[in-house]
Amino acid sequence: MADLSFVRTDMLPDQPAPLGETGVLRWLRTNLFSSIPNTIITIAAIYAVYFTLSHFLPWAIQPSWTKTSMRDCFDSVEVTGACWGVVTERFNQLMFGFYPPDQQWRIMLTVVLMLAAIAPVLFDKIPRKALVFSAIYPFLAFWLIWGDSVWAPAMVMAGFVIAYYIIKFLNPVAGAIVGITTAVLVAVIWWLYAVVPVSIFINNIIPIELDIVKSREIGGFALSIIIGVSGIALSFPLGVILALGRQSDMFIVKVLCVGFIEFIRGVPLIALLFVASTLLSFFLPKGTSFDLLLRVVILVTLFAAAYLAEVIRGGLAALPTGQYEAADALGLDYWKSMQLIIMPQALKISIPGIVSNFIGLFKDTTLVSIIGLLDPVGLTLAIRGDVDWAGILWELYLFIALMFWIFTFSMSRYSMYLERKLKTSH
Amino acid sequence: MKKSLFISTLAAAGMVAGFASAGTLQDIQAAGVLKCGVGTGTAGFAAPDASGYWEGIDVAVCRAVAAAVLNDKDAVEFVPLTSKVRFSSLNSGEVDMLSRTTTWTFSRDVDLALTFVGINYYDGQGFMVPKDLGVSSALELDGATVCIQTGTTTELNIADYFRVNGMTYEPVPIDTAAEAQAQYLAGACDVYTTDSSALASSRSTFENPDAHVMLPEIISKEPLGPLVRHGDDQWADVVRWTMNALIAAEELGITSANLESLAAGSNNPEINRFMGTEGTLGEMLGLEATWAAQAISAGGNYGEIFEATIGESTPIGLARGLNAQWTQGGLMYSPPFR
Repeated sequence: MADLSFVRTDMLPDQPAPLGETGVLRWLRTNLFSSIPNTIITIAAIYAVYFTLSHFLPWAIQPSWTKTSMRDCFDSVEVTGACWGVVTERFNQLMFGFYPPDQQWRIMLTVVLMLAAIAPVLFDKIPRKALVFSAIYPFLAFWLIWGDSVWAPAMVMAGFVIAYYIIKFLNPVAGAIVGITTAVLVAVIWWLYAVVPVSIFINNIIPIELDIVKSREIGGFALSIIIGVSGIALSFPLGVILALGRQSDMFIVKVLCVGFIEFIRGVPLIALLFVASTLLSFFLPKGTSFDLLLRVVILVTLFAAAYLAEVIRGGLAALPTGQYEAADALGLDYWKSMQLIIMPQALKISIPGIVSNFIGLFKDTTLVSIIGLLDPVGLTLAIRGDVDWAGILWELYLFIALMFWIFTFSMSRYSMYLERKLKTSH
Repeated sequence: MKKSLFISTLAAAGMVAGFASAGTLQDIQAAGVLKCGVGTGTAGFAAPDASGYWEGIDVAVCRAVAAAVLNDKDAVEFVPLTSKVRFSSLNSGEVDMLSRTTTWTFSRDVDLALTFVGINYYDGQGFMVPKDLGVSSALELDGATVCIQTGTTTELNIADYFRVNGMTYEPVPIDTAAEAQAQYLAGACDVYTTDSSALASSRSTFENPDAHVMLPEIISKEPLGPLVRHGDDQWADVVRWTMNALIAAEELGITSANLESLAAGSNNPEINRFMGTEGTLGEMLGLEATWAAQAISAGGNYGEIFEATIGESTPIGLARGLNAQWTQGGLMYSPPFR
């Protein structure tokens, strides 16, 4: 009896959890069927999804990608729904507009280089020297898209380089005001009087040219991206300056900024686009061909900058006063304190607002179809004007919506990544 | 990037401003390109094909003018214009001429300071109904729901027509032609009304065109034609007589097929004047002697253009009707080339 024991010495083997408490079943029970109202909602939602897909998928999945006209689809026995042939046939047009087909590699190259140029701005792991390429990129992109001699944009860029070196060498000697004024003056004189003759001269010696492409030939998503990206890139610095100006103690600067922001925000974008397309040409001398695309980019930039300024002002207002005072206490001047202390924090707070502004701006580019620019939405009209595709509606809009969704979704994912990366709270 | 574009544009603006005092014709000849305002996409009238080449009866007028002035039917910059911006674009000088299914009306001609130079298509507002409705005349449409494009003359015309005939209707206002077609096919309205050419081209794209009929009543006059700005009569004359040349060529039997043999001279003095082998018509207009022959070489005479773009051999399938020559019972009538 000595080995009699009331205490177990060996462990019981683990029992599997009851069937209702593990895996899929448990997940279903806790998430979908936890109570009677939830069960009802779940069943209703499943039915809604089923109902939508059961109507959409049979319509969308069709062997119609090679059809050449609506009539072709109607006459075909196996096609009973969507006629996707239009996307196949007009894919190039929806992407590039009327850009010459043998030159379309230039747009592709511009987009690829854009990703390369943005990378060092956005990701701090890439060497800082890569920023030089980001600075060159706008001029390179301009040359790639519109063509002509490489020396004209190069010489315009040279103006910035000249101004930079003047500031660098004159500032220590003569002070900031003299340095900056001289630099601006020299640069403006260079752009107005020297760029054209010098670039023609160099081009005669070393001709590097691409075929000229007119703005009128650019369309489709290429147009949306050009307007969207240049609007975003140009409106950001302008928006920061306007936001700072609105908070400024200097009366005139403040009044100008507030007036500009409130005026632009009080006017619909479509009204500004009409100004761009019609009113501006009344002010300019008759026969002047001030590029419509350029006019649109300028007004879209102004529009976006006004909204952006208010978003950034929200970020500035969210900073505790102590941050401003700390910057002052360190003896930093206005620009240094903004650059090193205030803006990094304010911008971080404003990231969601800024990105949703940019997404909105990118989608707003479709409004240019109303003034006759052939962006993807404008092209749907042109494509329906072809007797082969007259009356086609959903296939084109779905394709365009999908493309826009891809662009805007990647932008919003990127903004979430940026927020996580810059998160300093615990 | 924008700065360089800005500066090169300023430079270009300075250069162009130098010529600006000359007439439109001289400007075009100096630039070597005609800027022609067209629609953003109307089947048979103006639309780019898959390779971006513009086609249609409105486009053909632009090409004929470019051929007459510059001897190159492709020396045209097509500027797609929506109906909202078309007149201001013409008045501000962004385009040299407008050929964009524009109805010639009193107020547009007089009040908007535009000059209509001719008519390339006589249109009129009609009705389309499903065959199942069993209606054979517009007078049986009392109480019908009607799909109407808003902001156009069709809206006013149908109100007038129903009032005059003591009938009522329920309007379904719609913004674009494509949407109107979709709504009509979905059964949102009993009747679809717009210009009869647009109805015909719309019907031709239905899955089952025979299930729909167009009613015989045409309730309005819609003369569509090219137009230019007020104040440059020489340029207006060039466009007007190019349009007339297309019409006269059909009457005289000049086609793209026999153009070359007739250009060598014929025993018909009117044809000779037309082709520039006799007289000085081209010189009077400020163009080359062979301007009319060049215009015909762009796309043939009016009849050939009609057949190639909207005629019965095309899917749109419009009959000549009012647009036949006056000798065939139509309204196409060119003043003499003398």
